Amino acid sequence: MIRINCPYCGERDHSEFTYGGDATIKYPSLDSSEKEWTEAIFFRKNIKGFQLETWHHSNGCRMWLEVERSTVTHEIKSIKPCHPDLQKVVENNK
Amino acid sequence: MTSKRLNNYGKINRDKTISFTWDNKKYNGLEGDSLASALLANNIGVVGRSFKYHRPRGIFSSGVEESGALVTIGSKDRRDPNVRATTQELYDGLKASGQNAFPNVNFDLGGINNYIGRFFAAGFYYKTFMGIPPFEWGKGTSIWMLFEKLIRKAAGMGSASRLPDPDSYEHAHDFCDVIVVGSGPSGVSAAIEAAEKKLDVILVEQDSLVGGDQLSESEFSTTNTLNQLQSLGIKVMTRTTAFGLYDNCVVGLLERVTDHLSISKNILPRQRFWTIRAKHIIVGSGALERHIAFNNNDIPGVMTVNASKHYLNRYGVLTGKDIVIATNNDSVYETAEQLSEAEANVTVLDSRTDIEIETKNKFEIRKGFVPYNINGTKKINSLDISKSENIKKFDTINCDQVLLSGGWSPAVHLLSHRGVKPKWNHENACFIPNDTKENITMIGSSRGLWNKDDCVASGVAGATDALNRLGISKTNYFFPKPGGWKNPIKPLYEVKYKKSRSKSFVDYQHDVTADDVRLAHREGFISVEHLKRYTTLGMANDQGKMGNIIGLSLMADLLNKEIPEVGTTVFRPPYTPVPVGALSGRNVGKHFRPLRVTPMHQWNIDHGAKMIEVGLYQRPWYYPKKNETLSDSYIREATVVRKTVGICDVTSLGKISVQGPDATEFLNRIYSNAFAKLQVGKARYGVMLRDDGIVMDDGTSWRLSENEYFMTTSTAAAAKVMAWLEELLQTRWTNLKVNVTSVSEQWAGAAVAGPKSREVLNNCVEDPSLITNENFPFMGVISTFLKGKIPCRIARISFSGELAFEVYIKSDFANTMMDLLWDNAQIYDGCLYGLEALGALRVEKGHVTGAELDGRVTIDDAGLGKMASIKKSYIGSAMRRRGVLNSENRETLVGFFPMDLKETFNAGTIVCEKNNISGQGIGRITSVTHSPELGHWIGIGFVEGGVNKWKDITLVGADPVRNKQMNLKVVSPHMVDPTGERMYA
Repeated sequence: MIRINCPYCGERDHSEFTYGGDATIKYPSLDSSEKEWTEAIFFRKNIKGFQLETWHHSNGCRMWLEVERSTVTHEIKSIKPCHPDLQKVVENNK
Repeated sequence: MTSKRLNNYGKINRDKTISFTWDNKKYNGLEGDSLASALLANNIGVVGRSFKYHRPRGIFSSGVEESGALVTIGSKDRRDPNVRATTQELYDGLKASGQNAFPNVNFDLGGINNYIGRFFAAGFYYKTFMGIPPFEWGKGTSIWMLFEKLIRKAAGMGSASRLPDPDSYEHAHDFCDVIVVGSGPSGVSAAIEAAEKKLDVILVEQDSLVGGDQLSESEFSTTNTLNQLQSLGIKVMTRTTAFGLYDNCVVGLLERVTDHLSISKNILPRQRFWTIRAKHIIVGSGALERHIAFNNNDIPGVMTVNASKHYLNRYGVLTGKDIVIATNNDSVYETAEQLSEAEANVTVLDSRTDIEIETKNKFEIRKGFVPYNINGTKKINSLDISKSENIKKFDTINCDQVLLSGGWSPAVHLLSHRGVKPKWNHENACFIPNDTKENITMIGSSRGLWNKDDCVASGVAGATDALNRLGISKTNYFFPKPGGWKNPIKPLYEVKYKKSRSKSFVDYQHDVTADDVRLAHREGFISVEHLKRYTTLGMANDQGKMGNIIGLSLMADLLNKEIPEVGTTVFRPPYTPVPVGALSGRNVGKHFRPLRVTPMHQWNIDHGAKMIEVGLYQRPWYYPKKNETLSDSYIREATVVRKTVGICDVTSLGKISVQGPDATEFLNRIYSNAFAKLQVGKARYGVMLRDDGIVMDDGTSWRLSENEYFMTTSTAAAAKVMAWLEELLQTRWTNLKVNVTSVSEQWAGAAVAGPKSREVLNNCVEDPSLITNENFPFMGVISTFLKGKIPCRIARISFSGELAFEVYIKSDFANTMMDLLWDNAQIYDGCLYGLEALGALRVEKGHVTGAELDGRVTIDDAGLGKMASIKKSYIGSAMRRRGVLNSENRETLVGFFPMDLKETFNAGTIVCEKNNISGQGIGRITSVTHSPELGHWIGIGFVEGGVNKWKDITLVGADPVRNKQMNLKVVSPHMVDPTGERMYA
């Protein structure tokens, strides 16, 4: 069981969370071209090692988190809220 | 074998006799006995029949590695097959029986397999797939289909009860600083050290008593040890197996709560499935003694050496009279001493020549000798021995028991669960644990330590390691080196039999012989993973706890390699079998998944509703009157709605409150249709797309004020839409000032639909003037009060195509609302209608739901393309125009009539052209109903090119699953009131 240290709720089982996806994608603006959107939606790296990914604390505080996790060992290096304002709150409370 | 109970030995309670039955005969045991020790005390030697050859099998061990004494416990619905007699505690009235035998294990007709065994060598089963050569080579086999059933019946173990499990099981959770697995000398010392340093410690022991291997010693008090542990505040969990290690120091435990008790008084759960979240794991899981492969090494009476010591000192059972011990290491001599003290006649064959052994007792040690062949079938008559230098029969010893020790394998299983490969230790001829970065420390003989003092020291070192890694201390520590015997072990895995067709067992459980390993090698299955699958070496209950290393060594020998070069298979959880019942815990029957009911659930049932599951929700399906069937009922309900008025519980729809200064901008981005200019007091139907341009969900959003919207979603997609909105706001559009809150549970909703719905509502609200057509037009929204000053929200929206309203009220007032609406609906001869009638009404109108919006359908496919804004960009706006989604020939929404109006059809029917009824056709019917309005069956679905392409062409509906076929007419999906006059009335 992966244990994820939610910045708001504390360390919880991964079963409380829902996996989101690649956290490094920069989604293009809504008026961008089909090509730009295709790049953003369909092309994914298959990373062996640490990758940035999003998790949703769906059975908790509902926060979307940016998690740096190893796809080999499940080791988690860092966790922070996706939302920059919430990131600041977490930083200030450290 | 002649085994018997001794008077002066053991830790059993001689004052308490326990009666049990074995194969329907009554026997007595003592309190503290295991089933195996009680059987041995009664001199029962044959307790099972082997997997393939049906050879008589006895008790090989005294623990979890047992692969011979697998028995069935209990009867009827409590029949539990493949239980290890060695770990089953005896209780009063226990019923046990042998398995895989007919009529019984002592006389088994299947024993013929032993004589035709060469047909059942490794790979036999796979070869039968190939067909009978040469007739069926490569063609697959027909005969296999015939024989497969017989093979399955003849091979195997016990059979499970086919009745529902009457026992209950629990899931439980706990947290601790350190969990220690195993209560042997190392585990106990680790637990004490950690607890004295103020850590919160759980100690887990699979046995009923703490002590580990010390239970096999004559001088050991389990009670004193337990008291010491508990006085330090350590949570000691006995009868609990740590069956698996998982990420982040999570340990899975199985606690056997009542498996040792008579069933009748049982009010406790049978087993508890624990999930422990620890900060550090210390594993002192011990080591398992290996046997030696030689001819007939499975005759009842063969046992590991340490097991015999365990039976002697724990249960007071002497397992043989004339005992030969065959070994290649020093660990057996203490046992040899004690057995001869107990007046057994002991001979030790030691494969080594150059060794020094000090003994107090007189027993013969024959250095340089190995076991060669056992004579006997159901019991041992004698043992042929050979010199270890030159393998051939040298001498015969009359005996009734042969004890084997081919060395010890540290139980590295739990560490292996974490993907840590063990490393081969040449000096001790065993795999020992490798280092890991995770917070797991291996101690005691599970890291290859054979001395008790070393084990105790390793426990202290392990606890110190834990303290250091947790950042509590920075103390130096060291682990003793693996080993601890005076004379080095000399590898001995197999003694080759000279004659052909030997039965030299490597893995008892699945009857894997040394010849099978050689056959696998000849046929090219040389990697350990292939070897395992081809021969089934290391499979089933015991997972190769005794035999794996022997199999590896044989393969290494054949390949001229060392064991570490051949590798080892990865152990995976569970360490010992975990019943499915324990995995499911209380999540069975009605608790299998959560049940969601609307606040007017009871009200609906009281008013005659038959319920149906929609996702997790219970929703009214139909409200039959007297003897009405489902179709009678829904047709009546739908007819009444079109004629007068109907009331329907729509609470299960998802409801989301969207608030904030940027709420309008937000909705404008997520919906494909324009929301920027929606006025306060108006609702709008909207379709959301996914990033890739496919429809995600549809629903309405009501503008309650400048900055507040009330959004509804479909029942099924409620959670998905909520998570999606949160994702967008938290990850993509973080500058938008919007907050979304799920209010699905807070509001109860009812649809009031039909020409008389306005009249009904007029009677229900405090201020009827608000409900007039002028004040409350189509898609209008008002916040007002139901009679009794109950605040509510009403929107004039219609799913049925009639003049209709949706009324929402705080959930607490749901029954009040339903009473009020229903009282007034009855005045107009209205009805309550359920999901089936709702479906009929919406199909008549061509309104789509989840059956249509299945994740493949675009907004154009659903015929809603015109709603999408061309003036703005929104989620999916670029992608919905991409290549294939723009094809003229896409399957688009249409209505279907049967050509012969008396005909019926089903959802799932494949639509084909008349001359080409094949494959996936050119479309599909997704929803059907009898249309009360039109008087015949209608459907909606999709067909390539849409209604214009097939307007006057007869298509065919193929329904091969239900053996149906009918001619179809393609029509517009808007089959009733296409201009919407009724809605605007």
